[in-house]
Amino acid sequence: MAILVVAAHDGTAVRANVANAVAAAGQMGSDVAVLVAGSNCGEAAKSAAAIQGVAKVLQAEDAAYANWLAEDIAPLVAKLAPAYSHVVMAADSVGKNLAPRVAALLDVAQISEAIQVVSPDTFVRPIYAGNALATVQTSDKIKVVTIRPTNFKAAPAGGSAPIEQIGGEGAKGLSSYVGAELSKSERPELTSAKIVVSGGRGLGSGENFKILETLADKLGAGLGASRAAVDAGYVPNDYQVGQTGKVVAPDLYIAIGISGAIQHLAGMKDSKTIVAINKDEEAPIFQVADYGIVGDLFQIVPELTAAVEKK
Amino acid sequence: MKVLVAVKRVIDYNVKIRVKADNTGVETANVKMSMNPFDEIAVEEAIRMKEKGQATEIIVFSAGPAQCQETIRTALAMGADRGVLVQTDAELQPLAVAKLLKAVVDKEQPGLVIVGKQAIDDDSNQTGQMAAALLGWSQGTFANKLNLADGTAEVKREVDGGLENIKIKLPAVITTDLRLNEPRYASLPNIMKAKKKPIETLAPDALGVDVAPRLKVLKVEEPPKRKAGIKVKTVAELVDKLRNEAGVI
Repeated sequence: MAILVVAAHDGTAVRANVANAVAAAGQMGSDVAVLVAGSNCGEAAKSAAAIQGVAKVLQAEDAAYANWLAEDIAPLVAKLAPAYSHVVMAADSVGKNLAPRVAALLDVAQISEAIQVVSPDTFVRPIYAGNALATVQTSDKIKVVTIRPTNFKAAPAGGSAPIEQIGGEGAKGLSSYVGAELSKSERPELTSAKIVVSGGRGLGSGENFKILETLADKLGAGLGASRAAVDAGYVPNDYQVGQTGKVVAPDLYIAIGISGAIQHLAGMKDSKTIVAINKDEEAPIFQVADYGIVGDLFQIVPELTAAVEKK
Repeated sequence: MKVLVAVKRVIDYNVKIRVKADNTGVETANVKMSMNPFDEIAVEEAIRMKEKGQATEIIVFSAGPAQCQETIRTALAMGADRGVLVQTDAELQPLAVAKLLKAVVDKEQPGLVIVGKQAIDDDSNQTGQMAAALLGWSQGTFANKLNLADGTAEVKREVDGGLENIKIKLPAVITTDLRLNEPRYASLPNIMKAKKKPIETLAPDALGVDVAPRLKVLKVEEPPKRKAGIKVKTVAELVDKLRNEAGVI
């Protein structure tokens, strides 16, 4: 049966992780439709149509959908859902907010952060901060699933699906959008960066994060942080990597001044290569690091920056 | 306004969990259990509302085995007024908990429900959203800051790119992020006082809720182990390894 992927977007293009969701959906069945809801979302709908494997794009134009309020979008998704066997979303802040509301409206269970599709009704998902993997099977008629984007290779561009206009449902009047305070950064987006440089409590201050920024810029890397660094106010919360922050799986993850608590490892231990720089030889991060260097980060990081610059 | 807070008893966040040898789940016998950290934040937020005169009574809800009483007691010792335990030894999944929560909300008629954004055991991040859907209420998920105004709540939410501000109509369901507040410790006198606070015990049947699991857990396994790495002595050696051995820079 057909599958519905619900795509978050910024008005001009769908989020990069929609291509990962389309790839995951392709493993659950065929005939993948993508829902793009918003106001003036024509460009976003076109970007969805260009993903390979998409059979059809549904464009729902309605002012009520402009800011992804779950109260307004969930009823639309729930209305469309009975024509599909699966409703799939990326497990980002939009998907996590919306998918359970959709599932409850349909009276079905929701599967969170699937990392593997075993069969159309069976999925693998991490539990206990990634320290165990559960294989779960659902008997519900409609399967509402969020997928962890880093575990599915993005579907390539090159598609040309037709775009169908569908009507909106209007606003439900339960909530309204006031505004956003978004972090501005020239660096690659954390969850899709090839290299991530992350700092923890060992940095000592927000000011000291500058040495990480310099290293990140030299490597073309995204900048992340542990919860300790966020709580101490060194960097904004959206830098946080871990069980309660973002999950990343870059080619190279450099953990600097991060001890490696269970909750942090949950967000980065699928990285291809892990480097740890820490003065504490016993820090748990060394148990998962491919390359570790014990010493003062304030000496090592500038040295490393200089060394990668030389090439 | 009454405030209802949902709390879950989970394996303590510091415990290194062990997967059972028969792959049916995770070892919970003789393991330290605590209140889910996100729920402590939910309890703290409710208490602060009471201290500001915004909340009149704080009801603590939990669902699960008899030992969940202890988790409710912890919330009562922090400052909540009374508890409601929906007692069952059945496996509870988020949809079932959301339905139980709805049933208790229908009975108690709170003006606000606060739950943690996720439990650190199943990592679902679903219950608050599901309860809001079943109640037909608005939702303020991943709350970083919460301000109550007349009939509405202003919620600052943690989203992928930073923070987002929304205004939602009350009654509503709020789910807490880590940075909403710093939970207090219960003092010994308050722990003693909490023993006298009432906890009502209900059964899922009495609430008319079918809690049968919708998801069947086929197996629980350990994730693949990472191969032990090496320690290098110098930055030059590190850069050499990254370039020539791992090929990542």
